[in-house]
Amino acid sequence: MNQSEEFDPKNSDRRVSITMENTHPPTENVDVCRALFTTLISEGIKARPITPSPLPPADLIEIESGDWGRTAQQASAQNWRWAGAWAEDRGTDLAMNACLEKQGGYLVIRTHLPADNPSLPSHAPYYWAADRVERHIQDLFGICFADHPDPKRWIRHQAWDENTFPLRKDFPAGGQVPASTPPDNDYPFLKAHGASVYEIPVGPVHAGIIEPGHFRFQAVGETVLHLEERLGYVHKGIEKIAEGRDPLELVKLAGRVSGDTTVGHAWAACMAMERAAKVDIPPRAAYIRGLLAERERVINHLWDLGALCNDVGFAAGYYQFGRLRELWLRENQALFDHRLMMNTLVPGGVGVDVPPEAPVRMRDSAASLRRELDELLTILDANSSLEDRFLTTGVLSSELASALGALGYVGRASGRTFDVRRDAPYSPYDRLNVRVPVESQGDVASRFWVRYKELRAALRLIEQMLADLPPGELAAEWPSSPEGAEGFGAVEGWRGEILCYVRFGADDRISRYYPRDPSVINWPALEKLVLGNIVPDFPVCNKSVNGSYSGHDL
Amino acid sequence: MLRLYGKIFRTGMLTERVPAIPKDETVEREGARLKAVIDKRFRSSLAIRQVDAGSCNGCELEIHALNNVYYNVERFGVHFVASPRHADILMVTGPVSRHMEAALKRTYEATADPKWVIAVGDCGVCGGEFGVSYASCGAVSNVIPVDLAIPGCPPTPIDLLRGLLTLLLKPEANRTHR
Repeated sequence: MNQSEEFDPKNSDRRVSITMENTHPPTENVDVCRALFTTLISEGIKARPITPSPLPPADLIEIESGDWGRTAQQASAQNWRWAGAWAEDRGTDLAMNACLEKQGGYLVIRTHLPADNPSLPSHAPYYWAADRVERHIQDLFGICFADHPDPKRWIRHQAWDENTFPLRKDFPAGGQVPASTPPDNDYPFLKAHGASVYEIPVGPVHAGIIEPGHFRFQAVGETVLHLEERLGYVHKGIEKIAEGRDPLELVKLAGRVSGDTTVGHAWAACMAMERAAKVDIPPRAAYIRGLLAERERVINHLWDLGALCNDVGFAAGYYQFGRLRELWLRENQALFDHRLMMNTLVPGGVGVDVPPEAPVRMRDSAASLRRELDELLTILDANSSLEDRFLTTGVLSSELASALGALGYVGRASGRTFDVRRDAPYSPYDRLNVRVPVESQGDVASRFWVRYKELRAALRLIEQMLADLPPGELAAEWPSSPEGAEGFGAVEGWRGEILCYVRFGADDRISRYYPRDPSVINWPALEKLVLGNIVPDFPVCNKSVNGSYSGHDL
Repeated sequence: MLRLYGKIFRTGMLTERVPAIPKDETVEREGARLKAVIDKRFRSSLAIRQVDAGSCNGCELEIHALNNVYYNVERFGVHFVASPRHADILMVTGPVSRHMEAALKRTYEATADPKWVIAVGDCGVCGGEFGVSYASCGAVSNVIPVDLAIPGCPPTPIDLLRGLLTLLLKPEANRTHR
């Protein structure tokens, strides 16, 4: 660890600021896995490691379904992070998977369930993050999580019957839909009772140009007592319509899981498919993916820094950051033929090149953005009303962030240091010096500064990648993937860790696609960090987390 | 504070003249016509309510960009409003998820007549990447009447401006007052 040199020294007395360098030793995945495995065996759990793992670099352990809950209990005791779960209809039975992470090593645990009345102990008693993910699986596969503390429906509103399960293979993608879908009126929200407690329903249609979702506040005066999120409004059946696609069509769909993370999700899907098909992408393709991903980080961080200023009424900041973002969007258009860089990745590599004149241009724009940011930082820092609204607003304690497994800038503003690019590095980041800024206060100000510093770190990475950009091919030839081949991908999108699972069916067609956007993990953090804040601070709290509705709802 | 004013002063006016569109007409001229139409028919003020009915959020990013300093759509009298009650136009992105179907219909009903609906983006126009499924109704026109489609994935801010012009310059006869 060393003090960040990029942080304005004038502020260094105000908040502790640490930047973690890429100095971790290579991941000792084997050891942490072995420790868990030994414990499982000693607890009488019939754990069976599958070697070699079909999901490298993740390890795979199969267990009996009855041991599902106890396995999570042991993993939780050993401080494994719960990173996601997905099920799969394999015709004769259902496969249930959960992904855990510790010290940059991924472990997938898997069990098999009968297709009729599948039931399983829940992970939610041991891992907060498992709550909604299990309910998502319950609604789409009909798997019952027996001791789930709150098993009410989650992703299902009224578009399909509670006894039909869209991700079962016998469910037609077209569905069995009525002429029109009724509104979801009877969702059992938690109610607060008592003198002067009142309820504020917000959404799904919000007042701004934003995605739809419902927030149910219980408040006293201006203070938020309780917030319950109700998501699922933009559920588009992504997992279902992915089935039967060829690899290129899947990348196109993955690029629209969450439009603001088109490169991140496309990369995760490509990585999973490339590992399944055992394709090595050319070094130049990896570097170009890195450039695209860091540019995506830059444009989104600029946008949100501006939006955070806007949410506290500092219009000048909003327009300045918006101006800088627009310049980068135009450069994206000029260099990669799309303002948001959609459709730039292909299975096996990239579909766009960095033309010979582009490195100079990109280096110039990085340098000029850095100059602008220096100037803006001084202005922002001198603005006491901005500070007044950001500091101590929406605090997510490090304990809570850790219990939730908070990802990306939300986790890193609350003392969590995980970053896939550094802790489970993939090409090209395994050859780069990845700086991971971390703050510890966990308030809106911390999330603002972490993102500001990540922006600077992204510019450095862009410069590193441009300096080392290898020559060569843009994409490897795509072989036909064997039926049943499966792959796992993990990349650090601008919101945080994106996970992806892919399994091929016959004829190089996708049989199962599951993308786990970081928003899935971070949405519950908003419910917690807004407590005790005043209702008018909700927009800035929400923006400081900025979960994707589309990436969550799928 | 001086630094802030200095920055604002040095940044200056960036709002661009609207670039040319085909048929040798500049959008600047179209912009003037648009403004004339808005001045006359909407008393200088055209209110748009944006509704995300299931989009991947890509379209929202570009609709937002209309408000940045380069496009500055407010100069034409166009502004985005918080309530459908205040809106002349609904700008709807899609595909319409089945879970948003009722909310979209209610938003449409809450908008005062006369009103126009613009379907934005490939998904809103024809279902796009998502099409029709157990979870998606596809195009906006499958759920509410649509007056104009602006395709693109997502349409750029310039596409959106041009689309808006097209709608407002449609002959009165083609308009559907509801």
